[in-house]
Amino acid sequence: MVNFGFTISVTRAVEYDKNDKGCAEYVALRVPSSSACIGCGGCSATCTAGNLTEFNIRKIQMLMKRGENQLYKEQLHKCMLCGKCLTVCPRGVDTRGMILAMIEYMREK
Amino acid sequence: MSDKKHIVVIGGGPAGCVAAERLSRLGFRVSIVEKECELGGNLNNWDRLFPDGKRASEMVTKLVNDVKMADVAVWTDVEPIEAKRVENGFTILLSDKSLLFADAVMLTTGFAPFNAIRKEEYGYGIYRNVTTSVELENMIQAHIVPDTVSRVGMVHCVGSRDEKCGNMYCSKVCCITAVKQAIELKQMLPNAEIFCFYMDMRMFGPGYEELYREAQERYGIKFVRGRVSEASEDSEGRVAIKVEDTLVGRPMRMKLDRLVLMVGMEPSAGTRSVAELLGVKTKVNGFIQGGDPHIAANQTNVPGVFVAGTATAPMNSTDTLNDACAAAFQVANYLNG
Repeated sequence: MVNFGFTISVTRAVEYDKNDKGCAEYVALRVPSSSACIGCGGCSATCTAGNLTEFNIRKIQMLMKRGENQLYKEQLHKCMLCGKCLTVCPRGVDTRGMILAMIEYMREK
Repeated sequence: MSDKKHIVVIGGGPAGCVAAERLSRLGFRVSIVEKECELGGNLNNWDRLFPDGKRASEMVTKLVNDVKMADVAVWTDVEPIEAKRVENGFTILLSDKSLLFADAVMLTTGFAPFNAIRKEEYGYGIYRNVTTSVELENMIQAHIVPDTVSRVGMVHCVGSRDEKCGNMYCSKVCCITAVKQAIELKQMLPNAEIFCFYMDMRMFGPGYEELYREAQERYGIKFVRGRVSEASEDSEGRVAIKVEDTLVGRPMRMKLDRLVLMVGMEPSAGTRSVAELLGVKTKVNGFIQGGDPHIAANQTNVPGVFVAGTATAPMNSTDTLNDACAAAFQVANYLNG
């Protein structure tokens, strides 16, 4: 291919129609409380892993729901499963269960 | 003619009906002036009320019965065309040339839904699959939502909290209406995916937050925090939207079978014209300016002219009915001096 000295940038947009929502469907079934998230960020605020690394549990589960799996896959192992997030969630979401379900899904895949 | 003092209530929606009934029971002579052919106002164009799903028609029947039982004179198909301040009251000329004398006037002229054509970027009136929440309510009532619909997006704050259309205020009822209609849609179309695109979820009323949670947990409605910037139509008539999923921090694109615009409230044409007729002050947003917001909200700058319901600000039907009761007492205090 001729190199013209430029490339076309890939969109940063979440292409919802094309994305694979398999993990989202799996987590929705395994952890029904995940639907009640309102994105308040209480979980990430208290998260030990989140205070030391780029791990952002609130954002990860939102990316997962949109099918942006590449963006958080490498982050999942940073969770220490301490469960502090569970104690602050105002909507009773099983946040730790969500991380576990995501890890499980990725492993099976 | 009796020597009872006479109150003319302008506008026969929920606020007008309740204010008239209460004032009549307090011992005054009351007339309602309504420009449509029947009482009920915007409730006549609605199916079910949040948060309990009560039928709007049931509410109208109750209001109309209460008005009847209270011996209120009802003038329909007429509107005031002239109003004059005279000694101890007002004379009001109606469009059928009747002349009414009023010791006090109650303005309950209400709101009109925002005209979504003004938000051209959403394509209402241009793309066939873009509708308003009012039209959706009518479709739900008539059971004419096609079962081929598999994805619906509901845009909150259309005509509200938006300086681009001149409306800086929150219309208060659209968030909970979106939640209610999303649930109703899901009940009709169990396999459909339904998104609500919101700026803030304002679940202020009793039972609202609970209904929001039920929409998420029981019905799987998806709430995305972000304002849809624009819509376009593809060759099959589907609606492509652009929105930022602000909690993910990335723009998002998707196609929908239907885009529903949650239209806000604006002062009705009647509210604007009657304010002008009577020299009543309005706010920058066009709604009627009440008195002290804590203790005299139903008074206006014109002594003897009172206001209640959505003529003064957007509010839900519960608050409208309570506001009308409060206004009735303020009128009674004024007339009993």
